[in-house]
Amino acid sequence: MKHRTFFWFFLPTGLAMLLFIAAPIVSVVIQSLFTPHEAVFRTVESCTPFTCVQETIIDQEATRALREEAPLGRFAGLDIYFDRGHLAVNEVALIWRASNTWAEFFNRLGNLPFYRAMAFTLTYTFTVTPLLIVLGLMIALAVNSLHRHLKGLVIFFSLLPMIVTPLIGSLILFWMIDSRGIIGSAIQWMANDPGLSLKASTGLTWIMLIVYGVWHSAPFAFVVFYAGLQTLPKDQLEAAQIDGATRWQQVRYVVIPHIMPLVTFVALIQLMDNFRVFEPIVGFNAEAHATSLSWIIFNDLGGETRQLSAAAATSVMTIIGVAILLSPVLVRTWRDFKGKH
Amino acid sequence: MFLRTITTASAIALLTAAAASACEIGARVSIVGNEFPAIQTVGAGAQECSGADVTTNLTADHQQINLPGMQGNPAEYTSAIVANSSIVALMNEDVIRPLNDLVEQHGQSLQRNQLITIDGNVMAVAFMANAQHLVYRQDVLDQIGVEPPTTYEEILEAARMIREQGIMENPIGGPYKAGWNLAQEFNNMLLGYGGTHFKDGGAEPNVNSPEGIRALEMMKALSEYMNPDFLTHDSNAANAEFRAGNVALMHMWGSRAATMTDAEGVPQEVIDGFAIAGPLTVGGGSTPASTLWWDGWTVARNISDAEAEATFIAMMNGIRPDILQDGDVARQAVWLIEGYQPTDAAVGVFAAANANTVPYPMLPYMGLMHTALGSELSDFMQGRESAEQALADVEAAYRAAAREKGFLQ
Repeated sequence: MKHRTFFWFFLPTGLAMLLFIAAPIVSVVIQSLFTPHEAVFRTVESCTPFTCVQETIIDQEATRALREEAPLGRFAGLDIYFDRGHLAVNEVALIWRASNTWAEFFNRLGNLPFYRAMAFTLTYTFTVTPLLIVLGLMIALAVNSLHRHLKGLVIFFSLLPMIVTPLIGSLILFWMIDSRGIIGSAIQWMANDPGLSLKASTGLTWIMLIVYGVWHSAPFAFVVFYAGLQTLPKDQLEAAQIDGATRWQQVRYVVIPHIMPLVTFVALIQLMDNFRVFEPIVGFNAEAHATSLSWIIFNDLGGETRQLSAAAATSVMTIIGVAILLSPVLVRTWRDFKGKH
Repeated sequence: MFLRTITTASAIALLTAAAASACEIGARVSIVGNEFPAIQTVGAGAQECSGADVTTNLTADHQQINLPGMQGNPAEYTSAIVANSSIVALMNEDVIRPLNDLVEQHGQSLQRNQLITIDGNVMAVAFMANAQHLVYRQDVLDQIGVEPPTTYEEILEAARMIREQGIMENPIGGPYKAGWNLAQEFNNMLLGYGGTHFKDGGAEPNVNSPEGIRALEMMKALSEYMNPDFLTHDSNAANAEFRAGNVALMHMWGSRAATMTDAEGVPQEVIDGFAIAGPLTVGGGSTPASTLWWDGWTVARNISDAEAEATFIAMMNGIRPDILQDGDVARQAVWLIEGYQPTDAAVGVFAAANANTVPYPMLPYMGLMHTALGSELSDFMQGRESAEQALADVEAAYRAAAREKGFLQ
C-alpha cells in the first residue's frame, strides 16, 4: 500500500484513538501527579434530628480561593506513587530492615495493599493464561475431529461461558459454591467436614477464582485455535501419517507449529486481560482474600470520599504493568518481523 | 395476595388523586438516591407532581453517581437523597445549596428537627431515622431459657448455649462483609466501648487505642458463632440466613426489620419467633454499640432558582404527612414526618434514639476512615494478624489517603 493511501486509510482510526485512548491516558497521568488542595477547616454548629453539636466542616470560600489560584491542585510529583497505597517505598524499606528471612519479608510485604494485589494478580495471570491455552487447544482439537453434523451444536455450547456476562457467571458460581449451595455442600460431603467453606479460605478462594478465569476465557482460545485448525495443510498431516506419526506426534510436530502465531496472539490478549482481573473479585465477594490493581481503583473511587489521585496513580501503574508483561512477546514479534525483511 | 394488590392499587390511586390537585411545578426535577422501600415511596411522591418532568434514579450505587451528577453546571440531578454519611461528600465539594429561603416559602409542614442545619444554613431535609439494633428469635431464646440480651456479652453467652444444646450451629448473624459493612460494625463497637475515631478536634486518627483493640476482639469472638462465610455477608445475605432459620441473634438495620419476614418461603417458626429489640451495649458501657442515621434530601447548587424551587416543592410532596395514611408506607421506616405513629417495627430505632446512641459522625474525613477500616480489618477477622497490627494498618492507610486529600499534612 502506498504511504499516502495508508495515511488516509488510517486517519479516522488514528484520530479516534488519539481522542478516546491517548487523551484520557494523558489526563490520567496528569491527575496522578496532582493532589487536591489542603482543606481549610472551620468548626460550626450542626443540628440533626437527634442533637446539635460542634462539627468540623470544610471552609468553602477559602477552598474556592485556593482552587481558583491553582485549578489542578497541589503538584505532588511522584509522591502518590510512592505512598503506602501504592509502591510504599518507606514501608518496604522499614520491612526490609526489620526482617531476618526472605519468608518474613514477603509475609510482611503482603500486608501492603499494592503488593498484596500484585501477589494475587500475578499468580492469577500466570496460572490462568497457560491453562486456558491448553484447555482451549484441547477443545479445538476435540471439536475438529467431530462429525460435521455435531460441530455446530458443540461449538455453541463451548462458547457459552464467554457469552454469559462475567458478573452473572461469577454470581451463579458464587451461589453454587456457598456453604449451603450445591457445589459447596458436595465438597463438604466429600471432605467429610461440615465446617468447610470455600469462601472462608484464602487458598480455596484463589483456586475458585482461577478455575472461574479458565472456564470463562477458554472459549476465546478455542475459537481462535479452531479457526487456525481449518487452515491446517492436509498434505503435511498425511505425510506425517505415512511416516507413522502417532496422533500425539502429529499434534506436537505439525499442528502446534502451524498455529504457534495464534498461541502468541491468544497469550498476548489473555495476559493483558488477566492482569486486569476485576469482575470475579466483585462477583465472588472475594476482596477479603484476593485483590487486584483494578479492584484497588474501584475501591478508591467507590468510597464516600473519592480518591481521584490515588486511583489515577494505580491506573498508570496498571498500564506500566501490562507493558512490562507484554514486552517479551512484543520483542519476539518485532524480531520475527525484522527477520522476515 | 389478590386483596393486597387491590388495596395497594387503590391506595396508589387515592394518593395520586389527592396529589394531582396539590402539586404544580414549573421546572424539571431530577432525583438520585438509594433504593430501599421508604426512598422509593418518597421518589414516587415527588413524581406525582404535574407541570414539568420529574425523573428519579434510585440505585444502590447512588454514592458513586450523585457527586459527578451534581458537579456539572447545570447539574444533571437537582436533588440527591442522602444520609448523614453521604451528605459530607456533597458538602466537601460544595454542590448543594442552603435551603433557608425555600423552607420559609414552602416548608410550613416541616418540623424543626427535620432541618439539617449547618452553621445556620439548612443543607438537607430529613424524613426518616435509622439505626442498627438486635433482631432475634423469641422461640429459640425460650428454648434455652434466657431473656432477650441487652449486651454483647449476653449475646455470646446465649450463642454458646444455643450451639451447645444443638439448636443451631452458627446462631449469630450480622452484616460483616469485608468493606463498608465490616467497617460499620467496627464503628458501632468502637463507640460502644467509648472510643473515638479521631483525636480531639482534628483529622488525626485515634482508632489504634485500647477501645479499638477491645472492639476488634469482641467482633472476633462474635464471628466464632457466625456462618464461616461471614466476610461475604452484606445485609441482604445476613437477612437470608435469618429468614432461612439459621440464625437466632442478628444485628440489623431498622429500615430492614419491618420487612424481615415478608419474603416468600420463610418458615412459620421464623415468622412467629421473630422479635425486635433495642441496640446492644458492650464492655459495661452505657452508650449503645450502634450509630444513629437520618435520611434526607438536598437540592443542587448548580441549577437555576426555578429548578431549585420546583425540586423543593416536588420533594415536599414526596414527604407530605398524608403519605402515612397508607399502613404499608407507615411501616417502611421510622418517619420524621409530622403525625407519624411508631409501628411495632420501629421499636429498635426508637430504643436506639432514647438510649443516647451516637449519630454517625458528619466529618469531612470520616469517609476516608470508613474506607481504610473496610479494607484493612479483614486480615484480623481471618486470624492473619493481631488487632494492634490491623489497627496500625488502618491508621497508616487512612493517613496516606488523608494526606492526598489535604486533610492531614
